[in-house]
Amino acid sequence: MDNAYDGLTDAGEERHWAFGTGFTAALAGVDRAIPDVDRAALAAYCLMLGDDALVYSQRLAEWCSRAPELEEDVALANIALDLLGQARLLLTRAGEVEAAGRDEDTLAYLRDEREFRNVRLTEIDCGPGPGGDFGTTIARLLVLSTWRLALLGQLTASADPVLAAVAAKGVKELAYHRDHAAQWVLRLAGGTDVSRARMIAGLERVWPFTDELFTTHPVEAALPGVAVDPATLRAEFDQVIDTVFGAADLDRPEVRQVAPLAGQAGRDGVHTEAMGFLLAEMQHIARSTPGAVW
Amino acid sequence: MSARQVAEQVLDPELPVLTLADLGVLRDVREDGDRVTVTITPTYSGCPALDEMRADLVTRLTDAGYAAVEVRTVLHPAWTTDWISEDGRRKLADHGIAPPQRVGPRAVGPVPLNLEPPARRVPCPRCGSARTTELSRFGSTACKALRRCEDCREPFEQIKEL
Repeated sequence: MDNAYDGLTDAGEERHWAFGTGFTAALAGVDRAIPDVDRAALAAYCLMLGDDALVYSQRLAEWCSRAPELEEDVALANIALDLLGQARLLLTRAGEVEAAGRDEDTLAYLRDEREFRNVRLTEIDCGPGPGGDFGTTIARLLVLSTWRLALLGQLTASADPVLAAVAAKGVKELAYHRDHAAQWVLRLAGGTDVSRARMIAGLERVWPFTDELFTTHPVEAALPGVAVDPATLRAEFDQVIDTVFGAADLDRPEVRQVAPLAGQAGRDGVHTEAMGFLLAEMQHIARSTPGAVW
Repeated sequence: MSARQVAEQVLDPELPVLTLADLGVLRDVREDGDRVTVTITPTYSGCPALDEMRADLVTRLTDAGYAAVEVRTVLHPAWTTDWISEDGRRKLADHGIAPPQRVGPRAVGPVPLNLEPPARRVPCPRCGSARTTELSRFGSTACKALRRCEDCREPFEQIKEL
């Protein structure tokens, strides 16, 4: 037998790609009229928001079975699953608007590092690897969920009906993620000297990547009424962060921002050294057995 | 039986005490001769049960004699636990799962931050005690939270408000 997976397939059954979602397209049956805008920009924008969710979901899933307590394994995996669901919808939409025949699986598994458009904060190692710990993970969850909740909140008014609908669902999910992070920040900052020190160190680790979240990209500028200008999210973000930090008696980290490389950052496909390793783990089975079905 | 009646009786794959109608994900059923178009909406963006629901709807309606079954998905308006029927709430409680409370329409503007778990009075589905505590906002499926009754000491699941 040429392909070990052939044995798992009954001839009469529907065959699924072994390592992709392989199921019904995420947007099956959804009204998918495409607004009269720059299609390339709209596809790129869907990719940005989808890649943020996909890559961050992959990072959160690394905690499964390794969190400080069983409930937290379940919580982080649930948050990852919500984001993966958002990623499926957004990548499917990106492929459809692009109209070059790429579906969500192709986009997730067969793109190289430079083609990913996620912000760099989603990809860095904040634990359980050596780049962080649970405190760092909670710091990133606070920052990213506060930012994405503000973003999706505005996106509910998008002129693209699919983006608006994805955002309206996502807002409800993100509200739970942000509360979860904020409540952990309070527990860790108000716990022992060690937990407090780790919380502060975690915030210092993620804070250098925050400016990138609020930098307007040309793709966003090209889609007025459809895309959200991230520069407008700062006020809501600051207000939520100040509330959490006030309650936890924490100061904003005073650390230098990680600058873009020659003006380019995650949204341009320029990533940190962590990204290649992340993609290698996420993609290698799908790529080493291309087209395997079950 | 009409196509609507058949579709309404399909069970939720993850909470098989509920029908799709109880759960509020069944948005529309249109019948045209032996053709049926069913419209459903996902609960959470990542809910893996959606594909199962589609497949079960196609199987049940095909078995009922409909030649062409199409299952459409709508994302808007987004599903809310307020759409779980009274019948569904009773079935959940009978099954040991606390039903969600009513949340009403979401206020416009920024979502308020909760620095501690909201002080909801969720009665224990086993003994009825009002003294219950949230153990984790995230449970065995995306839609459930984990709580414990302080009187009978039993843990139980709750469909969390969405």
